Amino acid sequence: MPSQSSTTDEVRQLICRLLQQPTEIPRLSSAEIDMTLRVARRAQLLGRLAHELDKAGLTDSLPAVIADQLESATVMVQARQQLAVWELDRIDWATRGCDAPLVLMKGCTYVSLGLPNAAGRAFADVDLLTDEGSLEDVETRLKAMGWEAKDLDQYDQNYYRNWTHELPPLVHREREVEVDLHHNVLPRTARLKPKSRLLLDSARQVAGSRFLVLSDEDIVLHAMVHLMFDSDLEDKIRDLVDVHELLTFFCNRDNAFWSRFVARVEQLNLGRPAYYCLRYCRLLLNTDVPDDVRRQARRWRPPRVVVSLMDRLVPRALYPQHPDSPSHSTAFCRLLLYVRSHWIRMPPWLLAYHLSRKFLARVFAGRSS
Amino acid sequence: MTTRDSVPGTVGALTEAQFASRLVSGLALRLGPFNVRIAATPDQLVAPLHELYRDYRLLAEPNVFHFHARLDTRRNFPRIDRRLVRFSVDGKVPHEDMPADQALPVLEWGLNLVIALRAHNFVMLHAAAVALDGKGVLLPAAPGSGKTTLSAGLALSGWQLLSDEFGLLRPGSTQLVPIPRPLALKNDSIDVVREFSSEAYIGPRTDNTRKGTVAHLRPPSASVAASEQPVDLQFVVFPRWVSGSECVVSELSENDAFMLLATNAFNYELLGEKAFTTVAEVVEKTRCFDLVYSDLEVAIPALRDIIG
Repeated sequence: MPSQSSTTDEVRQLICRLLQQPTEIPRLSSAEIDMTLRVARRAQLLGRLAHELDKAGLTDSLPAVIADQLESATVMVQARQQLAVWELDRIDWATRGCDAPLVLMKGCTYVSLGLPNAAGRAFADVDLLTDEGSLEDVETRLKAMGWEAKDLDQYDQNYYRNWTHELPPLVHREREVEVDLHHNVLPRTARLKPKSRLLLDSARQVAGSRFLVLSDEDIVLHAMVHLMFDSDLEDKIRDLVDVHELLTFFCNRDNAFWSRFVARVEQLNLGRPAYYCLRYCRLLLNTDVPDDVRRQARRWRPPRVVVSLMDRLVPRALYPQHPDSPSHSTAFCRLLLYVRSHWIRMPPWLLAYHLSRKFLARVFAGRSS
Repeated sequence: MTTRDSVPGTVGALTEAQFASRLVSGLALRLGPFNVRIAATPDQLVAPLHELYRDYRLLAEPNVFHFHARLDTRRNFPRIDRRLVRFSVDGKVPHEDMPADQALPVLEWGLNLVIALRAHNFVMLHAAAVALDGKGVLLPAAPGSGKTTLSAGLALSGWQLLSDEFGLLRPGSTQLVPIPRPLALKNDSIDVVREFSSEAYIGPRTDNTRKGTVAHLRPPSASVAASEQPVDLQFVVFPRWVSGSECVVSELSENDAFMLLATNAFNYELLGEKAFTTVAEVVEKTRCFDLVYSDLEVAIPALRDIIG
């Protein structure tokens, strides 16, 4: 049995190669290719690998066992993207005559703007941002046209409406795509309180569409905030890759990107998640972050002891586990980060109340079944 | 069956002891178009799997696999008195743990589930498939319509078994890709098939599964040996077992056949246009029939007449 740390390192190296030199993968040993495909699937990076190899003209020369898996991944990615695009078309139809701003977020943004990280990227949900005053109007219109709220109990309904930054997820009765309607990027109860007015004010129209997208800086910042407030970081390296690719793309396109980005982080008061993401992009993905940006980002740094703890937890949590020898310590790291995500999302009294509610609900559900 | 007359490089060439140790560490097999690695720890699986998989080709290791499946025994808190089995694929658990005495069907269904969830490089029709003299026949049918029983009967009457669950087509092609697997016979059909052929190897019965009593029929050696060669699809027959009915064959229009096929696929919507054009090409190039039957002994000659 290989040691735990050697298997963890193996997974990291394979993922790094997958991201940095994807065209080298067909030349690896069969054992390495096999493990790469397994961890890439877990990390939702197979579609991306397929895209990279296709771009390099290597698809036709691949052995069937590799080509099959990449083709299957591409089919799934394309189907999901198509579903999301269709869902947007239907939302457009259902909200005709409604002047609420509807801002695309995450996957939908990447696809509609053709950003580099959209290629081969699978995503499931349609996330939209609107201003709080328009939420009810948009929700009513969608419900009138066949969208339904998921079956949630009253507690969960209230939880969404009173404490989070989104409505209970909506799904059209004839389709499966989940539509999440947000009025901010962080829950109402979170300690950081970005002003969503600022996000909406700098959003711009997508050419030929009723939808808007956030500004470049805000697109990156939202990806950062989403990752650092996620309660479940398992196999989420892909979300860090999003941040990496967005940063790389925007700063290559526009010299002034970094200075605008730093100013925006300050303005929205999102220094902490920005600090962590820049740090882990640099450490895990070798993202090129200019020295002066790093210097300025130190202002957003938490106490050293917290940084060193996070350095131990975050990378472990983000990488997929070795499929044959998962480690208990990684599971523990993810648990600690789960607790952290709740800690920063709500005040302690609410956290205690919410978690005990959830715990009791689970106990009683277990008993009645 | 002894292992002496087995083909080198197949599971049957391993002694049961060798097989048992491979099964624990991981058995590398070619299943139709898939490279799979299966590891299973429950002891009770060794003998039946050794028989059911006798004719499958072993793969060299290390290798690149389509998937790595595992079946492990567990005891879950707080019911530690109850033994369960957990099916996992590449370290992920696609469904809840099942009672340990159902290990064999859980493994077999698990493998089918992985194919259904992953092999979107194929148009996957929910169908059995057989061939005679190189003419492929697709037998699409809903669960309970008797397609497994019918394909078992055909396989035991000298037909080539291509699959009892998946009609696999590469998008844009009408060549059936064989994936013969142990056939999961259910309830009364176990005895029907047993009566039909007394020599066939049928694995142990498992009672009280979610589909009732299940036992697995080993696919014919020749079908497994020929499983890496695609077969030209020429006929589509929709079988329907109706108790006590006469055997009735009627030809279907292209439109009816198209609707029946398209609504009976695992990944039609996912593949979208690719699936549409593939199914359209199938109904255009093949002759399609409806077959109502109650007796295998009558249905098999009827099928033979259809393909001429």
